[in-house]
Amino acid sequence: MHVPDGFLDAPTSVATMVVAGGVVAASLVRASRRELDERTAPLAGLVAVFVFAAQMVNFPVGAGTSGHLIGAALAAVLVGPATATLCLTVVLAVQAFLFADGGVTALGTNVVLMGVVAVWVGYGVARAVLAVLPRRMSSVPLAAAASSFVSVPAAALVFTGLFAVGGVAPIPLGPLVATMLGWHLLIGVGEALITFLAVSSIVAARPDLVHAARGRMPALQLRTPEPVA
Amino acid sequence: MNADVRPDAPRPRVSTRRLVLVGAAVCLVIAGVVSSFASRHPDGLQHVAHSLGFAGAARESAAAGSPLAGYGVDGVPNGFLSGGLAGVVGLVVVAVVMGGLVLLLRRLGRRRG
Repeated sequence: MHVPDGFLDAPTSVATMVVAGGVVAASLVRASRRELDERTAPLAGLVAVFVFAAQMVNFPVGAGTSGHLIGAALAAVLVGPATATLCLTVVLAVQAFLFADGGVTALGTNVVLMGVVAVWVGYGVARAVLAVLPRRMSSVPLAAAASSFVSVPAAALVFTGLFAVGGVAPIPLGPLVATMLGWHLLIGVGEALITFLAVSSIVAARPDLVHAARGRMPALQLRTPEPVA
Repeated sequence: MNADVRPDAPRPRVSTRRLVLVGAAVCLVIAGVVSSFASRHPDGLQHVAHSLGFAGAARESAAAGSPLAGYGVDGVPNGFLSGGLAGVVGLVVVAVVMGGLVLLLRRLGRRRG
């Protein structure tokens, strides 16, 4: 999904850079006011590190094509959408500047696609799914898996929109939408599997830290040992 | 067991410190070892760009001269070592940058609140 330099023209790249900058600035404020507290801050660092590591592991999806985790919905469910945007932005910037993975002038585009669209679509779908599933912790990994599955084609669709506006080659929109959606639905299946496993692990170990479960699950209760008779 | 504690109530099973240490170890193995076994096929976007004929529009990144470009370390001939080392370096950089950002935001959040 990492867009290289040269796919989109300069005005489109500048526009996405401006949008990305605005959302990152707003995310800094929202993350510090509403999402990061003493308890959840360490998880934010861990999520960024996991997204970087997992993005290195491309899995085959058939016909000589591969895909890798985006991790946007995973991050949004675990640490909240604004912190998720910051996690993805840090990962994408390190990949662009250190590893030449994703273009430098395309960094704004990649932040918009993976750090904004995939994060907020993922977060929205996760909230919607959690609203209809039973109020149990076991619902959280299911909601995360469903939302991560949707987040991948959503980001792919927005890329085709950007390419329709500012793409450097006159590619007919129909085939572009069809092939981008087709492959990214397949990649979404892998995204959902990895997200389900990762979120399940955190839910099993520290359900109290999971952002999407805040206010929806029974409060953490202190249990005092029963007196021994 | 206390009757009014629902069996599903969230209970921390491990300390935050242990969670971060175990999580970081898992991520180190993924970035340092598992990444060497990743599929080398083009990803979804690259594949679509090739099949629809706009792959040639890609220009070399301004960071292409980085000693870590393409997830390898310049001067390390062994592919497994080179890739694994690049993964570990990237992971440490992400941890330091994100950790620093989180600390800064926590400090600012405390000052305001």
